[in-house]
Amino acid sequence: MKTLKFLTAALVASSLFIGCSKDDNPQPVNEEELITTMTVTLQPEGGGTDLILEFRDLDGDGPEEPEIQNGILDAGVTYSGSIVLLNEAGEEVENITEEVEMENLEHQFFYIIGSGLDVTTSGENEDDEGNILGTTFTLTAGTVSSGELTFTLVHEPTKPNNGLESAGGETDISVTFDVSVE
Amino acid sequence: MRTHVLYFLLLFNSNITMSQNCDNSLSGTVTDIHDGQLLIGVTLTIANTDQTVQTGLDGTFRFLNLCNDTYYIQVSHPYCLTKGFTVRVTGNTTKSFKLEHHIEELNQITIEGSAYSDKSKTILQNTINNQALERYSSGSLGDALNSLSGVSSLNTGNTVVKPLINGLHSSRVVIINNGVRMEDQEWGAEHAPNIDINSISNLTVLKGAGALQYSGDAVGGVIVAEASKVPVKDSLYGKSIMTAASNGRGSSLSSKLTKSYQNGWYATLQGSLKRFGNFEAPDYVLSNTGMFEKSASLQVGFNRFDYGIEGYYSVFKNEIGILKASHLGGAQDQIRAIESDIPLTIENFTYKINKPKQDVSHQLARLKAFKRFDKFGKLSFQYDFQRNNRLEFDSRRGDDREKPSVDLELDTHTVLLDLESDLTDKITLKSGLLARYQNNFATDTGVRRLIPDYQMYNLGVYFVADYQLGKQLLLEAGARYDFTFMDVFKFYRTSLWESRNYGQLFPEIVVEELATQILTNPQLNFNNGSATLGATYTFAKDYNLFFNYSIASRAPNPSELFSEGLHHSASRIEIGDLRFNSEIGHKVSLTLQRDDDNFSYSITPYIHTISDFIIMEPVDVRQTIGGNFQVWEYRQTDAQLLGMDVDVSYAFTNNVRINSQFSLVKGYDQTLDTPLIGMPPVNISNEIVYQNPDFNNIRLSLQSAYHFKQNNFPNNNFEVYIPQTETYQEVDISSTPNAYHLLNFNSNIDLNINQKSKLTVGFSITNLMNTSYRNYLNRLRHYADDLGRNFILNLKINY
Repeated sequence: MKTLKFLTAALVASSLFIGCSKDDNPQPVNEEELITTMTVTLQPEGGGTDLILEFRDLDGDGPEEPEIQNGILDAGVTYSGSIVLLNEAGEEVENITEEVEMENLEHQFFYIIGSGLDVTTSGENEDDEGNILGTTFTLTAGTVSSGELTFTLVHEPTKPNNGLESAGGETDISVTFDVSVE
Repeated sequence: MRTHVLYFLLLFNSNITMSQNCDNSLSGTVTDIHDGQLLIGVTLTIANTDQTVQTGLDGTFRFLNLCNDTYYIQVSHPYCLTKGFTVRVTGNTTKSFKLEHHIEELNQITIEGSAYSDKSKTILQNTINNQALERYSSGSLGDALNSLSGVSSLNTGNTVVKPLINGLHSSRVVIINNGVRMEDQEWGAEHAPNIDINSISNLTVLKGAGALQYSGDAVGGVIVAEASKVPVKDSLYGKSIMTAASNGRGSSLSSKLTKSYQNGWYATLQGSLKRFGNFEAPDYVLSNTGMFEKSASLQVGFNRFDYGIEGYYSVFKNEIGILKASHLGGAQDQIRAIESDIPLTIENFTYKINKPKQDVSHQLARLKAFKRFDKFGKLSFQYDFQRNNRLEFDSRRGDDREKPSVDLELDTHTVLLDLESDLTDKITLKSGLLARYQNNFATDTGVRRLIPDYQMYNLGVYFVADYQLGKQLLLEAGARYDFTFMDVFKFYRTSLWESRNYGQLFPEIVVEELATQILTNPQLNFNNGSATLGATYTFAKDYNLFFNYSIASRAPNPSELFSEGLHHSASRIEIGDLRFNSEIGHKVSLTLQRDDDNFSYSITPYIHTISDFIIMEPVDVRQTIGGNFQVWEYRQTDAQLLGMDVDVSYAFTNNVRINSQFSLVKGYDQTLDTPLIGMPPVNISNEIVYQNPDFNNIRLSLQSAYHFKQNNFPNNNFEVYIPQTETYQEVDISSTPNAYHLLNFNSNIDLNINQKSKLTVGFSITNLMNTSYRNYLNRLRHYADDLGRNFILNLKINY
């Protein structure tokens, strides 16, 4: 009978410790590596207004549709391009390009030009080992045309490589803009 | 001559005792400890004398002419374990003795090779004994379970192996480790059970929810892992197993030492180390698939027939590399990976485990005590504590490089009170209570919480009774009720909260609205009832017919309720549903068993109907900055599984035997009228075994396992736009791999080193033909082949 009493006591005691204590509300997680925004700035050589292509998706992989700003290039003009990545979801806007450039050996941007579009890219910046990084580049608009321009950032690709197919790695960014040359 | 001397000594001895004033008597009764019944025909002998009496028809005995002295009396009965008692006689003394009147029954079970009690009496139990387990010493629990018919595994690579019973896994399969229900975040498809296979000596699988003493929510089944029983005698023994394997260039070492005493005290210390580098498919190295496992356990206890206490502590730590080529971005990466015949990343062999990887530790502490009361039964009390810490590392950027993406700590406290009683000769009743508290804490890793912080409270009550009706028929019935309360703090993304219309449905749970997130406090209650009804009919000489109907009811797990976002290792967005209710399974199974040494078989057809079955299915493709991802949402549906497991064993001669297995399961989503995803394909395995106990117990076996192609699967393929080709391309995530055939060889031989020590040398080859194959139930099948040939050397020393 003693054992029974002890067991009852133990059960009561355990239900007591179960019943108490409630922690404070948890803190929201600041998604540190999230990239919400990619801005490609194309600056015409010899002056003129910059052309901005922008992709913004503040809820990351959430259900909200991204906002995409496409653009029109001037035929025959050469642009110097630069890519800026931002995390605008947190309280402070974070510049992710700086991290990518710091870890340049592990990243590479690929540019894919759609078949109808008469545009060429060249002069990508390099990483510390002389392979392509591609956060800055030169873009030359050819004749009047239109099509897609896709920017892909791969994390930990095989370097050097012959393009996306053989690069492996994990795609961090893949954004397609509708671009026309007029 | 010798007998004469002995006789003389005895005579001499009794003469001494006779020389005092010795006219006292000792009288009393002998009763059965289970039901207090008087035992007739018990022999009582006073040691060192020739005084022997028997209990009469009234159950009493009487010794005469005893002195005021201490006597050692041996009490024996044909159906009981002989016990010794020390009795002090002063004047005319009365004393009652208790014996356990079940020993004959126990012996029978022991002869059949099982010293472990029945988990359910109306479901066929599939067991893996110690010897068979030792062959898997360098593998995992899931590998060993895979050897049973109807049990397969859901793999992530070859080191994360989750058991799958008759097509069901994860939260639907309850694992009981040394009496403790494992609470190790088992909900995840890539979360393997945190148990060292070397710490257990017996594994039992129940393909159904009938074992209500363990849980009521085991929709798929129950796996019971037990440590070996320690004998009550003075002894010191142990064993060490060393294994070296060619594939993965790894080895494992496991040792166990037990000290036991005649007075009931015992202690067992056990430890294992297992380390492997990158494993290899027939044609290439599987990059980043190494593992490093460490574990230890200590068991200290005191065991007497009528009471006992035991403390147990174990720690398990496992670091597992995840195939590098399997971590992908969006659909564009998936296409490239699926279309390539070889993994997109192949690196040289190394022992180093890089990211992505898992680092999991599990601690388990248990205190258990029992006492047998006369006419009442065996009462057990157990308290256990588990702490599971799960870290998952992905390739990350910037300051977070070395930080895990997932850091979850799950603590569980459980109190159990169980009573096992023999109500009459024919009726036994098991009943019990459970109280459990669980706390999940997600450390801020800079990645959205995969599982939110929550506290969960469970209360359970059950009974299971069995009734032996005549000699041939046993009936079993049981019921269980579980109450679950979950107190959750969950951050929803405002966009999801609104798109799901949760704002209208659950306005009361909002705690705080932030810029892009909403903090909510869902408080969920689940009431789960479960029941079992069964019968076992024994006929002819060796035939048994088992019938069981079980209802299991499972509350949705945190992953099914709260998932929200990109699941990296699956390369898809997964979304749970706050509105889910419990899933309820009805399973009817029938087994015909012939239990004979030369020719035994069992055939188990079953039908399993599950209402509100929680399943994930693709619903959409979502554009994100990382490209397109498929969106999978959890949904409740009605499902039906039909299947059959067959086991046959036939001995051609004393030494040669053939073992065959066949398993079939078909699963359907009845709402959509489509096949269920992830059902094991039909498989057949045949094994020929030569064993000769007269020649160093040599054992040679050759096993052939044939896995068919799964032809019933839902089509979850989707189309995605590929900028390079400017076309829409289909992502084939549904197609199933081709059928394959594997040959495995296994051998071992015993060598006696000296009187006390024995060496067992084992050598085996798995995937003998070095066949390249992919397994439908391996989540990495899209990216790489399965393991190639493996030579394994296994040394075991018993001492």
